[in-house]
Amino acid sequence: MSEHIQALSEALKKRFDAQEMDFQGQASLLIPSEHIQAACQSLRDEFGFDMLRGQTAVDYWPQQEPRFHLIYLLYSLQHNLRLSLRAALNGNSPSIPSVENIYPNANWHEREVFDMFGIRFEGHTDLRRILMPYDWVGHPLRKDYPLGYEEVQFTFNYDEIDVRKPYAKE
Amino acid sequence: MLEKTEITLDELKHLISDRAIEGETVLLNMGPQHPSTHGVLRLLLELDGEIVVNCIPDVGFLHTGIEKNMEAKTYEQAAVMTDRLDYLNTIGNNLAYCLAIEKLVDLDVPPRAQAIRLILVELQRIASHLVWLGTHALDLAAMSLFLYCFRERELILDILEMCGGQRMMTTYIRPGGLWRDVPVEFEAAVRQFLSIFPKRIDEYGALLTKNPLFLERTVGIGVLSREDAIRWGVTGPILRASGVSHDLRKVQPYSGYELYDFDIPVETAGDTYVRYLVRMEEMRQSLRIVQQALDKLPYGPVRSNNRKFVPPPRSEVGTSMEALIHHFKLWTEGFPAPKGGVYVAVESPRGELGVYLEGNGGPKPYRVYWRTPSFDNLQILPLISKGHLVADLVALIGTVDIVLGDVDR
Repeated sequence: MSEHIQALSEALKKRFDAQEMDFQGQASLLIPSEHIQAACQSLRDEFGFDMLRGQTAVDYWPQQEPRFHLIYLLYSLQHNLRLSLRAALNGNSPSIPSVENIYPNANWHEREVFDMFGIRFEGHTDLRRILMPYDWVGHPLRKDYPLGYEEVQFTFNYDEIDVRKPYAKE
Repeated sequence: MLEKTEITLDELKHLISDRAIEGETVLLNMGPQHPSTHGVLRLLLELDGEIVVNCIPDVGFLHTGIEKNMEAKTYEQAAVMTDRLDYLNTIGNNLAYCLAIEKLVDLDVPPRAQAIRLILVELQRIASHLVWLGTHALDLAAMSLFLYCFRERELILDILEMCGGQRMMTTYIRPGGLWRDVPVEFEAAVRQFLSIFPKRIDEYGALLTKNPLFLERTVGIGVLSREDAIRWGVTGPILRASGVSHDLRKVQPYSGYELYDFDIPVETAGDTYVRYLVRMEEMRQSLRIVQQALDKLPYGPVRSNNRKFVPPPRSEVGTSMEALIHHFKLWTEGFPAPKGGVYVAVESPRGELGVYLEGNGGPKPYRVYWRTPSFDNLQILPLISKGHLVADLVALIGTVDIVLGDVDR
């Protein structure tokens, strides 16, 4: 791994209590969700990560703590390096500070994550659905969202599925 | 059930100016069924006469839930869906997805497969740029160029059909190599294309590069500064036309691009005209790569010999017990991938096409995220269209080179 990544991960560990989560030689840092804005700000201004290349989330349902991992894929033109930041989010309707003021293109990426996972971004200027119709109910990329079919209820999971099963209500 | 509500002007208030509320400017809907929006893109325009004051893109009309669907398929099955994302760069999508799997499970790719992958991806890049050039010129009322471009694109699609049996959705690149080796007539067909295409690019250039009508519609239209391009995460020819020399094929070579000699065209003006020049030059550079790769094309297998991930050839299944077990396991269950996520990016004709692939130890991907170039590039449309005429907006949609399948996934 490059020296630059090592230096910045040391700095972020000290400042924001970050944890290293490397896999297959790709650098990744787990940042506590309340520090995500400050971490992005310092990565852009001090360490040269000037582009946000993508932003997404992963749902670890039925696990609740953390339920989601939010992933920021950063790129540095100057150093030709990639870094991904991860933020763990607990519970069914989590929220996290928006990084739109640091990386403007986070606008659509955060709208997409909100649309698909139901994660709210505080301070986002235009948090509407982007891919699904505006009156859609539910967040399709969540793991408890069925893939176009109705879940079959067995005795062992009857109550669990009954909670989220849509019924016609008068 | 929740009650369905109509979307109101109040919800869009923060996106339009106060003058629209007072009725000084006009709100106009453009698309999604509009020939110049290159698919199903809807734009909500705020117009002052013919001047665009605000432009609010509305995407999602072509959302097919491919990311969700992939989670229900095995790694090998999901490869078929990658073609359907960016339908002008099908081979490139296969490549990005297969590179991600190969990174995740540490799978090797034989040199012949890598070289053929590059040849096909570069041919596909030319085909994609031809569709862009044809439709972009058509939007600016140059009808004949469209027909020429599609004539040459057909030659490339013939080559793809020769290899994969299909013109567009080939799924020819598979984890660990290719579906099968290219047929014997492949080399001659590609060489014939290489011999005729340089002249054809000159012909297109003769029609447009110094054409005063084309210049008037493109020079100084939709200027994107270097700073804005970087801030907004723009990639591909748009970034290079704004003065940033960045191409993943050069800076983070994958699949053997480091073996070949080619240049990255860079322009600094950042307007619609230089974006045209950059893409035209890219087609010439792609030809150079294809030429070199074809000259050096090595012999050998086209798929990895790692039986844990790649099914054995049919001939082995009849004679070897081991091969039969692998065949059965791979086609019924698929191969498991370790727990963890990788991000792999390639340079598509539109910019950085990235795949974030996360495995959880099972035979199906736990999460596939497509970082598509059109999605990020389309975000700059409101920025570059402000203050231009509606007619120029048509040129700007063309110059961003979006594919709605790529935006909406």
